[in-house]
Amino acid sequence: MRNKNGRLLLLILTLTLAATWIVLPAGTLDVGGFKADHPVRQGLDLQGGLQVTMEARPPDGGDVDGDTLQGTRDTLERRVNGLGVTEPLIQTRGDDQIVVELPGIENPEQAVAVLRETALLEIIYANGASLPPGTIVQTSLGAGANESAATPGAATPGSAPSPTPDPNAPVYDTIVSGDDLSDAFVTRDPTTGQPLVAFELQGDAADTFFDFTSANIGQSMSIVIDKEVISSPVIRNAISGQGTIDGMTALEAQNLATQLKAGALGVPLEVVSSRTVGPSLGADSLDRSLVAGIVGLSVVALFMVLYYRLPGLLSVIALFMYTIITFALFKLIPVTLTLPGIAGFILSIGMAVDANVLIFARMKEELRNGRPLSQAIEGGFDHAWPSIRDSNVSTMITCLILYWFGQFTGATIITGFALTLFVGVAVSLFSAITVTRTLLRTLNELGVIRSAWLLGLGRHDLARSANDPAATA
Amino acid sequence: MQHLAGKRHLWFAISGAMLIPCILALIVWGLNFGIDFTGGSAWEVQYGDDVSTEAIAETLAANGRPEATVQQVGDAAEHRYLIRLGELQEGSVEKDALSDALASLGTLAPAGESLETVGASVGNSIRDRSVLAVAAASIGILLYIAYAFRNTQNPLLYGFCAIAAMLHDAIFVLGVFAILGRLADVEIDALFITALLTIIGFSVHDTIVVFDRIRENLLAQAENSRDSFEEIVNHSIGQTLVRSVNTSITVMITLLALLLFGGSTTREFVLALLIGVTVGTYSSIFNAAQLLVAWDNGEIQGFFRRLTRMKRHPGQESTVTGA
Repeated sequence: MRNKNGRLLLLILTLTLAATWIVLPAGTLDVGGFKADHPVRQGLDLQGGLQVTMEARPPDGGDVDGDTLQGTRDTLERRVNGLGVTEPLIQTRGDDQIVVELPGIENPEQAVAVLRETALLEIIYANGASLPPGTIVQTSLGAGANESAATPGAATPGSAPSPTPDPNAPVYDTIVSGDDLSDAFVTRDPTTGQPLVAFELQGDAADTFFDFTSANIGQSMSIVIDKEVISSPVIRNAISGQGTIDGMTALEAQNLATQLKAGALGVPLEVVSSRTVGPSLGADSLDRSLVAGIVGLSVVALFMVLYYRLPGLLSVIALFMYTIITFALFKLIPVTLTLPGIAGFILSIGMAVDANVLIFARMKEELRNGRPLSQAIEGGFDHAWPSIRDSNVSTMITCLILYWFGQFTGATIITGFALTLFVGVAVSLFSAITVTRTLLRTLNELGVIRSAWLLGLGRHDLARSANDPAATA
Repeated sequence: MQHLAGKRHLWFAISGAMLIPCILALIVWGLNFGIDFTGGSAWEVQYGDDVSTEAIAETLAANGRPEATVQQVGDAAEHRYLIRLGELQEGSVEKDALSDALASLGTLAPAGESLETVGASVGNSIRDRSVLAVAAASIGILLYIAYAFRNTQNPLLYGFCAIAAMLHDAIFVLGVFAILGRLADVEIDALFITALLTIIGFSVHDTIVVFDRIRENLLAQAENSRDSFEEIVNHSIGQTLVRSVNTSITVMITLLALLLFGGSTTREFVLALLIGVTVGTYSSIFNAAQLLVAWDNGEIQGFFRRLTRMKRHPGQESTVTGA
């Protein structure tokens, strides 16, 4: 019994120390860069930024297939990376929607314009050189006049995708662009079984491409999406209407085909909802929420100590540990902190206190019935547990449904709330049951608790049992 | 100890008196749905100095947006204005033109600007999902309670009484916001649905603590069964009363701190939670457990029997009393 309690105390202290280390700012005691990798994620409402939900609107009015949507998402991600946002979030949602979240972006107008362009695919000739994938290039199909021609579906002309190439870099010739491509798909080489990406060109482009390939057999050409090199295959022979690209794994081939098709078909995206928040609004709200949290916690702590005395004080200590552990979990999971998320966290503090209130009320009943303290502590916890468990499970059920609801509406504001409340309630089960009980047991074993007044009862001595060290001492 | 269960008809009457204006407001006025449900834009701008809301509305109307309504939000010293209008996309030519027009009224602070736009189709599906979410939460909780109370005589009854108390709380909060929507132009947004679902969770949380005590007392009492169910319920309420009030106080303290010191973005959200927690505490003590007693005494069944009899034979009752 005594040993078990000691081990628990050690575990709690270790956990608290570890959590404190995680919660402390990134600069302090950072071993192995672990903390730098786990920053606090702030939602749009806290640091400002842009959230856009776009819906694919295929020109023929039909459905979008999953590959095309995924390809479009990848294209958007490349463009967003060019915008220099630190923690962009780009997700597909449902069958035809893509959600882009750009926290802390300063120029939302430009970002929206960049996102709404359809992907710009080009096949270029890098004077025979084989450009490695990822190279940012300049092409003769400029960002200016030709752009709108290449992307007829785009509503906002003029602002180019932003990867900034070296101004002194050479300008390569664009042979064909996405408009000229009529199809792209994965196939296999009939003799070797190697995966291939087959593509088809339409109209004049087929002739242009034939002239180009017949003149440059044995040299490299580069496939470029939004000015970024995707792959640089070697030209084997003259290609007119149809060609294949080899030398890839099956996965790479699938990605390339998707990218080619998305660029070629250019699924036009329509913005269905957007949210921009100015940075000063966010900072203002964060400060206010912190003040609210500190005030709320302090008043609750005061109430607990005044009403429940020693157990109240212990529960405040447990609450403090609870706050640190929960916050550490927020960093590890990671949970994106939003204003409602902070509200959910503060609300979970109230629920964490509830568990303690339930236990202490039971403990007092046991003491009033003349039980010795050690039995009253165990009895209080055992009797309070079913109601703590049942009531918290019902809160967790609502959290799960909230999370699903939030995912659907695309509002990190709601998923953030659900997640923080869920984590908070889960940790509160641990802190109320394990932390407070272990602290109470330890104090009892040390024989510190001699007066019933400390436990919120009248001024008289406690009943003693043979197990109580204070009685034997 | 006051005999709380004995006065259940008084508590039911108080709940009725609270709910009737709420239900009327919901039927007559309905909820004031925000752009999350209806589609459209909410555009917040910040000026360096005071600008009249009329001037902003007139400027927007002159630029092709006669539907725009303007109200000042936040502290007066912040000069923030909320413009509600039809769909306006960030990055559109029109948005730039409207920004320029608004800039002619005073210095705009770009850092204090926010624009939220929701397409009409998205709004409709959010409304459907909200109803679905509330229904799913209710069923999930009903099933869990039926499971948790499987050792009692009538596990589903506990679930239904908890749901009844929960609906009581949800309707009250909805009603208050219908009234606020009418009188103070407070809108219902996705965040409000979040608050509503949380209230549902909290209401049931509170109710379960009382029910749990009833369950425990029922099991303990089995050997020398002298007390009636009503007395056991009354006893259980008395035992959990201090806990219910104390818990609610701590949650209310934290919510009050958020309401007073938190940002304006979450003010209505927190207000909804505060109202919900308060009424949730009331209903768990004065409604949920009392409903169990009313059912156990056959009062609810009798009430419905009288209702159906009156419907089936509307004229019969007068002849009976006459005879």
